[in-house]
Amino acid sequence: MTVSNPHDLEPNPDASQRSSNAPKWLEPLVLLFPTGFWLVAFLLIPTLLILVQSFVPFGKTEFGLDNYQQVFKYVGGNFIYLVVVWRSLLYAAIATGFCLVIGFPVAYWLAIIAPKEWRNILLLLFVLPLWTSSLLRSYAWITILRPTGVLNSFLNLIGLSGINVLNKAEGVIIGMIYTYLPYMVLVLYTSLEKLDLRLLEAAADLGANSRQAFWQITVPQVSSGIIAGTALVSITSFSDYINPQLLGGPGSRTIASIIELQFLGASSNRGFGSALSMVLILAVTIVIALLIKYGDKRVVTDG
Amino acid sequence: MANAAVNSGNPIQKSFANPRIRKRWQTWYSLVAFLYMYLPIAVLTIFSFNKSPSPSQWTGFTWEWYSKFLQNPTLLAALTNSLSVALVAVSISAVLGTITAVGLARYYFPGKSLYRGTTYLPLIMPDIAIAVATLVFFAAIKLPLSLATIVIAHIVFCLAYVTVVVSSRLSNIDPKLEEAALDLGATPIQAFTRVLLPQLLPGIVSGCLLAFILSMDDFVIAYFTAGVGATTLPIAIFSSLRSGGVTPELNALSVLLIIASGSMAAIAEIVRGWGKH
Repeated sequence: MTVSNPHDLEPNPDASQRSSNAPKWLEPLVLLFPTGFWLVAFLLIPTLLILVQSFVPFGKTEFGLDNYQQVFKYVGGNFIYLVVVWRSLLYAAIATGFCLVIGFPVAYWLAIIAPKEWRNILLLLFVLPLWTSSLLRSYAWITILRPTGVLNSFLNLIGLSGINVLNKAEGVIIGMIYTYLPYMVLVLYTSLEKLDLRLLEAAADLGANSRQAFWQITVPQVSSGIIAGTALVSITSFSDYINPQLLGGPGSRTIASIIELQFLGASSNRGFGSALSMVLILAVTIVIALLIKYGDKRVVTDG
Repeated sequence: MANAAVNSGNPIQKSFANPRIRKRWQTWYSLVAFLYMYLPIAVLTIFSFNKSPSPSQWTGFTWEWYSKFLQNPTLLAALTNSLSVALVAVSISAVLGTITAVGLARYYFPGKSLYRGTTYLPLIMPDIAIAVATLVFFAAIKLPLSLATIVIAHIVFCLAYVTVVVSSRLSNIDPKLEEAALDLGATPIQAFTRVLLPQLLPGIVSGCLLAFILSMDDFVIAYFTAGVGATTLPIAIFSSLRSGGVTPELNALSVLLIIASGSMAAIAEIVRGWGKH
């Protein structure tokens, strides 16, 4: 990252020069170089390295597309890896949909209906579980969902037969919804907080029913928040490792698990693992590009 | 969704004419959502006091699992490792992130948006991709994996969080105060430490708390960049979950962690409140 002479952005950019004789470029360099160096050395170069490695087929030294072709590998009537990519997309889509449907009324209540002086505290309380160990939260769901767990004890108690969702897709999705719901609510809350309620009153005065008012006034006003929340949750759930690993079974492995196997597993193939990682990064880049085009950019820039 | 569902069965406009019905419905709904968020935590808490090691029945109250956890050398060593990694990574990130935020607010230079974009990258890039890239990089430069390699990798995302939080705080600060200090004869360093830094402090503290929590909780990146014996708490928890040797000690540990991070969240919120008035 090159740092050139500071330009006049602030009214008094030379103020810092007054009492020191250091050259003009020194201060920005001191302030910005360490972070720039760290991110280039330990994030950008490593990412470029896996990009290069993804083009080096297993056991070879010259470049080739084999690793990417392996993504489409067809064994015994199945696209064994494409199925995993598809499954990851499906889980992410379902989890995101549920987070949106469950989270919207909560965010609406927190931002608009709850007593004003309590809003911050209530929002904090709602997202507090995020601050606890994500592994232990998934572990708690194992305790709840296992065949002799809390859920089935409860179902038996009220005279229903137990269900078994652990080590299956349902378990993974339940875990994902739980993990990402607070993020969705946070993003939607920021958006709903700015909702202009007078427009809703005006709509009601003009004879709109609440369904019309909701779809034609509320949703368009918070659409950027909905897009941002959807992007955030779908990115993170698409690349989730913990929930599929702990709550899923062999039939519900997702792309992150396959990547892990290529690096730390017995069937290690780093080139293929790198190719899958690049697929993941590409997917995220597409979502971010769409977000920047259609959504509320502040969510990306303000974290 | 929200309003439409309430409306079913009601005459049109009824719910707007009678906002109390709408509010009551949504309040109950939100209460259920809150209960849902706390259900797993409640389950962990209850079973941490359960005499029976099996989580399927309640056989009486005990503190046993807490004392067992406090005597478990593996978990305690892992906790110490996690705390050391988080402390070192966050301290370094606090300094670098703060000066970066100040530099970004103060200077224009070619490639600035690229620089800014790079600082946001760790927030957007999937953990597993960061983990894999870092592992491959360490292998390429033949750096042996250890606790230090986890610290290096954690600084990457801690740095990003501190920079973002401090930047957003900085955008609400009046730059004229620092200029006034300079006009009144303060050296740039005095102006920075006595005028700007105190104003930035709430942002720095809440950025650091966030980074600390994320570092303590990170499993994927640490799992890939940890050397032999450099077991952090999430790695220890994961391996005991995977081996099936789950004991109620983990329940006790969860409760302690929840209390610790709950207090940290409360502190962060209070600190955030300092700056807003």
